[in-house]
Amino acid sequence: MDLAITDTTSLKADRLTCVRSEIELFRDLSFELLPGQLVQIEGANGCGKTSLLRILCGLSRAAEGEVLWRNREIEHCRQEYYAEMAYVGHNNGLKANLTCEENLEVSALQNHLRDNVDFEQALEKMGLDELIDEFAGKLSAGQQRRLALTRLLLTDAPLWVLDEPFTALDHASRELMENIFDQHCQAGGMIILTTHHKMTIPHTEVKLLTINA
Amino acid sequence: MTNSSTHALKILLWRDFTLAARNKSEWMNPLLFFIFAAILFPLGIGPDTAILKQIAPGIIWIVALLAALLSLDTMFRADYDDGSLEQLTMSPYSFATLILGKVSIHWILTGLPLILLSPLLATFFHLDAASTLILMQTLLLGTPVLSLVGAIGSALTVGLKRGSMLISLLVLPLYVPVLIFGANAVSASSAGLDISGHLMLIGSLLVLALTLAPMATAAALRASIG
Repeated sequence: MDLAITDTTSLKADRLTCVRSEIELFRDLSFELLPGQLVQIEGANGCGKTSLLRILCGLSRAAEGEVLWRNREIEHCRQEYYAEMAYVGHNNGLKANLTCEENLEVSALQNHLRDNVDFEQALEKMGLDELIDEFAGKLSAGQQRRLALTRLLLTDAPLWVLDEPFTALDHASRELMENIFDQHCQAGGMIILTTHHKMTIPHTEVKLLTINA
Repeated sequence: MTNSSTHALKILLWRDFTLAARNKSEWMNPLLFFIFAAILFPLGIGPDTAILKQIAPGIIWIVALLAALLSLDTMFRADYDDGSLEQLTMSPYSFATLILGKVSIHWILTGLPLILLSPLLATFFHLDAASTLILMQTLLLGTPVLSLVGAIGSALTVGLKRGSMLISLLVLPLYVPVLIFGANAVSASSAGLDISGHLMLIGSLLVLALTLAPMATAAALRASIG
């Protein structure tokens, strides 16, 4: 892995306020995510975890406050920001009528893939190598989730934003993902994710960010 | 940057044509509608050559417009439902370029076949070769406008459960100028008038749509997703 980390690499949330259907979910939320860090967003159902991630991705706008990538507002540097981040949302973003390998090929639309990218190797790591020519629509929910997460292995994007990455994953896959997270953070990457699981990650401290209603 | 945007455009075109080849019904339906509707008119009206000749350009244009309208809802629907639209808005490549790609795909799958089929339909209306050629020219200039303007309507309504009704209301008024100049060009030329003005007007609508529609669609899609 060769992530382009410099001393300006950071994701900053500055006094974010989120309002959904006229209900205030959170107010004045500030934090900074630095290279090597893993932040787990916690909170009850409906407290605004996904909303926060979508604001961090620039998919929706905060009622107040701003999100800064390398100290620039993300709205002003969308393309640079998106080149350095990978997002796996609630929705897997897979095409049911494309095979696993084809789905990975078209993920080049969302992220710059590594020059020497090897789809088969990435699928093997995620235990999907035997399904390489299977249509994504034929896979089970857990396998689809794994395929969506395989995209993370194809890029050098330092920032990963993951919405409930463990949904539908079995115990072994969850452990595998925790190890992948560990490697990413050890290499200087940064991860912000939501999950209700308690994560055990050997070399990386999990910082908790709790959203209170 | 432009270079890599072209690369992304290639991947997008490959993806959508592969998907279209694997799911033919989605784009075949509007096309079949176009053919059947145009064939039924001569049957319903009767074999009066003069009347058929006179109404042919109008009918073919109206049917082309309705076929385009029918297919608009599908332009971003599948991508929205499976989450890949969300991912596309977060692409490191120029979003407007990718949208232009999506619109081109829509035009190639709905507009272009109509143009290629129009000579066949023109024979049902006893349209002579010269008028058919002009009809094809107006369709060539006009159908991309239908796709481009339609993309804005499609993007605005993609977040709604039943957006297809709303699309027609949003988009139809904007289609009217294209319809008027497109259909009138043929009758004007058979009356011996110069039609370069008609063609230039549709052409200028095309340039206008080509410059503004991708950006408007991009903004509408971001709003629909947010």
